Amino acid sequence: MEILSIQNLGKDFYLHNAGKQIHSCQNISLDLQEGEFVGIVGLSGAGKSTILKCINRTYLATRGHIYYNSKAFGRIDLTEASEREILYLRKNEIGYVSQFLRVMPRTTAKEHVMNALTESGVAEQEAKERAEEMLAYFRLPSNLWDIYPNTFSGGECLRLNLAGTMVKEPRFMLLDEPTASLDNKTKILVKDMLIRLKERGASIIGIFHDLEFMEGLCDKVFNISEGTIV
Amino acid sequence: MKLQEVPVLSVRGLTVRYGDGCPQCQDSLEKNRCPYCGTVWAANDISLDVYPGEVLGIVGESGSGKSTLMQSLYFDLEPTQGKAYLENYCGGKKNIWEASAAEKRHMKNTIMGMVYQNPIRGLRMDYSSASNIAEKIIAAGSRNAGQMTERAKELLEAVEILTSRMKEAPRNFSGGMQQRVQISKALANNPSLLLLDEVTTGLDLSVQARVLDLIRKIKAKYQISILLVSHDLAVVRMLADRTVVMLDGKIIESGLTDQILEDPQHAYTQKLVHSLL
Repeated sequence: MEILSIQNLGKDFYLHNAGKQIHSCQNISLDLQEGEFVGIVGLSGAGKSTILKCINRTYLATRGHIYYNSKAFGRIDLTEASEREILYLRKNEIGYVSQFLRVMPRTTAKEHVMNALTESGVAEQEAKERAEEMLAYFRLPSNLWDIYPNTFSGGECLRLNLAGTMVKEPRFMLLDEPTASLDNKTKILVKDMLIRLKERGASIIGIFHDLEFMEGLCDKVFNISEGTIV
Repeated sequence: MKLQEVPVLSVRGLTVRYGDGCPQCQDSLEKNRCPYCGTVWAANDISLDVYPGEVLGIVGESGSGKSTLMQSLYFDLEPTQGKAYLENYCGGKKNIWEASAAEKRHMKNTIMGMVYQNPIRGLRMDYSSASNIAEKIIAAGSRNAGQMTERAKELLEAVEILTSRMKEAPRNFSGGMQQRVQISKALANNPSLLLLDEVTTGLDLSVQARVLDLIRKIKAKYQISILLVSHDLAVVRMLADRTVVMLDGKIIESGLTDQILEDPQHAYTQKLVHSLL
């Protein structure tokens, strides 16, 4: 069954101070079946992240439609869904992992992962256990769990970011270069985790630069150049 | 299937005008002032909804109408026109601005809690912290001194004020502590809507972080809805699910907070976001 269908997606940015229109992606169409893993590759600035951000509604699509088959709402156009519906989907169905980690001030690594669960109504004790399990899975050293992440290295931040999103086991995941600053050992761990998520039926769209990483993981790969699929 | 939700608060067409207005007003405003009759439109046709358990951020420059909106909702200001409905007042069927003075007092004491930028407005500075909280509880109808003391202890602990200091007057506290006492007072009667007007402005960074952390915990613990006014986009980014941008008394843009910050549409919002440090 199809979980996502992007039809003729286009995104332009209008910069008022410069009086300029920037064309980012054009006529993007792709489908994702349930449980499928789609990889997107392309040079920096090609428009890969724009596609993911339009799906996540961080960007407003200028043209086209993004149909998502939601558990709660059925087939829904993410470009037209209400803000509250998008917030519901982000909390319960769609996970987005970017290259950057944003944490609340005075929030420890473990609390960051726990908050992802408690905000969805999971009890504190269960959230704690699942958070610890996930942090251990991503091999974040346990002596870092109870400290604030602003002193973490890039790789540690990313592992925490992945743990915070994956702990909710979303059925549809958007991965925006999640392995960009990880060492090879951690990359293998992430790959294992993604394979496990895929085996559980999660559908995933991921942007990766590392073609080797995508081997054995992606069912389809799209190459984006200058905002279009080539 | 659509998401079925009843807003905790709905505002429709809120207008606060200083002056009588004239036929040219709406077409010729310079910022929010009419050059022909001198009328100032502090809030101009504001409509918004706040849903259960969400934080709605309101951003905009000084004079954009943010505080006018908050003060109208907390009955500190009389709107010129407009309607507002609270889910917990007459089932959301009656305009709160048409309520009697007694009903308005009741709403302020039970359904809503307000935290002002300046704690002097929200606290009795010479009464003890516990008395400040008790005052709110008494206003809601309770007379049980033991229960009031217990509640004051619980709330002050929740905002990380030592209960050994509950008999001290807020005048002796630091700005950050005063703000936390104000938050505990606003929560005294379990309101369904918390109005936070620039609560972190003027606080140093470490105290600001503490107050932000507290607001996040309160939201999670009490599942309360929050209307958060701030000119600090970093604060809004941390806390707000959705954000409304105001300029010259009007709402010029609204959306999911990350969308407003990463893909702003209006020229003013772009300028605001590009000014973010």
